[in-house]
Amino acid sequence: MIPELGHFVLVLALAAAIAQAFFGLAGPALGRQAWIEVTRPAVIAQFVLVSLSLAALVYAFVQNDFSVEYVAANSNTALPVGYRIAAVWGAHEGSLLLWAWILVAWTLAVALLSRNLPPEFAARVLGVLGLIAIGFLLFTLATSNPFARLDPPAPDGRDLNPLLQDPALAAHPPLLYAGYVGLSVAFAFACAAMIEGRFDAAWARWARPWTTVAWAMLTVGIALGSWWAYYELGWGGYWFWDPVENASFMPWLVATALIHSLAVTEKRGLFKSWTLLLAILGFSLSLLGTFLVRSGVLVSVHSFAADPARGLFILAFLVIIIGGALALYAWRAPLLRSEAGFELTARESFLLFNNILLIVAAAAVFAGTMAPLISDALGLGTLSVGRQYYDPVFLLPTLPLLAFAAVGLHSGWKKGRLGQRKREIIGTLVLGVLIAVALVLGAWEGAKVLTPVGFALGAWLLLSAFVDPIDRWRRKLSLTPAILGMALAHASLGAFVISITAVESYTVERDLALAIGESGKVGNFEYRLVSLEGQEGPNYDALRGEIIVTEGGRQVAVLHPEKRNYWVQQQQMTEAGIDMHLTRDVFAALGEDLGAGRWSVRAQVRPLINYVWLAALLMAIGGIIAACDRRYRKGAEETP
Amino acid sequence: MTPRQRRIALVVGILGGVSLAALLATRAFQDNVMFFFDPSQVAAGAAPLDKRFRLGGMVRPGTVARTAGSLDMQFVVTDFQRDVPVRYSGVVPDLFRENQGVVAHGKLGRDGIFVADEILAKHDENYMPPEVARAIKEKHGGVMPVNPDIRSGPRT
Repeated sequence: MIPELGHFVLVLALAAAIAQAFFGLAGPALGRQAWIEVTRPAVIAQFVLVSLSLAALVYAFVQNDFSVEYVAANSNTALPVGYRIAAVWGAHEGSLLLWAWILVAWTLAVALLSRNLPPEFAARVLGVLGLIAIGFLLFTLATSNPFARLDPPAPDGRDLNPLLQDPALAAHPPLLYAGYVGLSVAFAFACAAMIEGRFDAAWARWARPWTTVAWAMLTVGIALGSWWAYYELGWGGYWFWDPVENASFMPWLVATALIHSLAVTEKRGLFKSWTLLLAILGFSLSLLGTFLVRSGVLVSVHSFAADPARGLFILAFLVIIIGGALALYAWRAPLLRSEAGFELTARESFLLFNNILLIVAAAAVFAGTMAPLISDALGLGTLSVGRQYYDPVFLLPTLPLLAFAAVGLHSGWKKGRLGQRKREIIGTLVLGVLIAVALVLGAWEGAKVLTPVGFALGAWLLLSAFVDPIDRWRRKLSLTPAILGMALAHASLGAFVISITAVESYTVERDLALAIGESGKVGNFEYRLVSLEGQEGPNYDALRGEIIVTEGGRQVAVLHPEKRNYWVQQQQMTEAGIDMHLTRDVFAALGEDLGAGRWSVRAQVRPLINYVWLAALLMAIGGIIAACDRRYRKGAEETP
Repeated sequence: MTPRQRRIALVVGILGGVSLAALLATRAFQDNVMFFFDPSQVAAGAAPLDKRFRLGGMVRPGTVARTAGSLDMQFVVTDFQRDVPVRYSGVVPDLFRENQGVVAHGKLGRDGIFVADEILAKHDENYMPPEVARAIKEKHGGVMPVNPDIRSGPRT
């Protein structure tokens, strides 16, 4: 009964979404005040209905209702309750429902927090979001109903994929989706501005905090996924250029460009067309990401579900959304005029370079991700693109990007006034280079060509980020959240670059064959296998090893890697043993029985790797702080 | 500079940068893309000898052999028509098993042995790399060969 109710309220939610889209768009167009006023209640209704539907699915999981096909396929009585809830988004159907819920949650937030916007504009934003909701609800109902019954019911479920039974991965999809879907808000603001023909600084100011928060969530979502791949997949790295990683990374790059370009549009009234196009592009890439992940066209660790009908639906949706938005743009483009000029060294120029380089980087990733699909579709052979392509092609635009950022942080709007800041620019650069030299000579052995470059750029950027806040603090000027958040985000990017440089330059790794009592060398570290014992978990049994790692005779870590066998799916899983430390991670994963009493062990030591995720988190926090700036809460009539 | 000159300089700069990037990307692409071949193609001599590529198929039952206590191993990748022997040294993924789909990255030696430097067996036990599934299906009139141990197709 409950699953049917869940299905039914989802149909009602579709009706509410249609009402929201219709009244939100038709109301302002026809000047009907009553229609405009009905938009917000429609949003609230849609939110309540989708929430009820999601609650019904959660209930089915918690109650182990194996008469529901989706529950039977993704849960099991032995599964702990926390993971039963996380199993709701463990596969396709539930992920989509979660997606729809997050979309309507964002919409609700816009509805509640947009009371200071002109009512017509707010209604149009909500109307566009309603259109997107219609698409996703239709998609869920037509191709991926999570409430479909199984007759007869399964005696027990097939269990959640053991890989997904992990706290970080339980939180990864909701956060990632929150970021993906958040870009729809920026998109809706852009569409509303185009429909209205209103291209002043105000719409950019309204759209900015939403875009920044969405960007921050996307950042955390990607970082969580990367962290999970690191310790759960036992691959040992932080990024693999997997097509699905790319699918989330491309919108991130465009969203990063967008928050910078929105800043120019808001402050100086420039880049208007460009900002609109970026808003369209960002959301399109989110949808493309969904298409790539959900249609199963990609060869990837994520391709659990493959269904051409679903892919086709998303593709059609994508075409309608992009086509519609671009048509709108083409219709309104003649209204776009930018009058103001700026100097080549002004902040506007630096943000322009930022945007160009980010888009070039996104294009490079896009080319690599799509090439296998295109080549396959044209019958040119099945090919794959790996890090040998991505690494150089991605570094090419991003290395200059870092240098531009380090200088650009010192520049002023309209007139660069870099001359006045010469001392700070050169000072931070010299200090950055000194830090790089110290790290290369002192900290680890075996630097590569790009190692000093990475360190120097990272340190330069890190230091540069603090110059403006410190200068303002000295001169007793106000330190707004916008300025502090921006400083934190850019400093974190610098720290991120330093840590990635260290990981890429100084990681030592080797596969070892060890019997109990034997040891093997990995760089300066010695791994000794002490014991291997059987153990039992709630829904698996495991072989647990103990490995003592020493460096120069001094013990630095005791690792407990596990090889788990999950009962229900009879799936083997590697649980890596990692000793986390601020300066380095010592990592070991058990391979398999090699015979003659030996086991294979994958051993790795990676310096500074934890800062990769820590810096990403701080970057996101910087974004959230900036989005809290009071400036954004001003009403429509006040101008900054 | 006048605004006009500045704009021209900017546009030239952007165009130059973008075309340089595109050029470099194309070169990186040509040098670093890996193609996929199945055992029949390898047997027919379609695969290159000097370039890395991806070899995909099933691990033929009873062919996984190791030197006891060492990381060195050999196995045979098959598409049920032709076989390619593979040599590898290192840790294999959890789902590497006989009668399961596998993709190996590496180079083909002149002796006909494929020396792999990376083994991929994806992390779902029912998962079959799509390119492998297709390569095998094509050779069997669009159906997977009947074998209770080979479960192909996606999980839902």
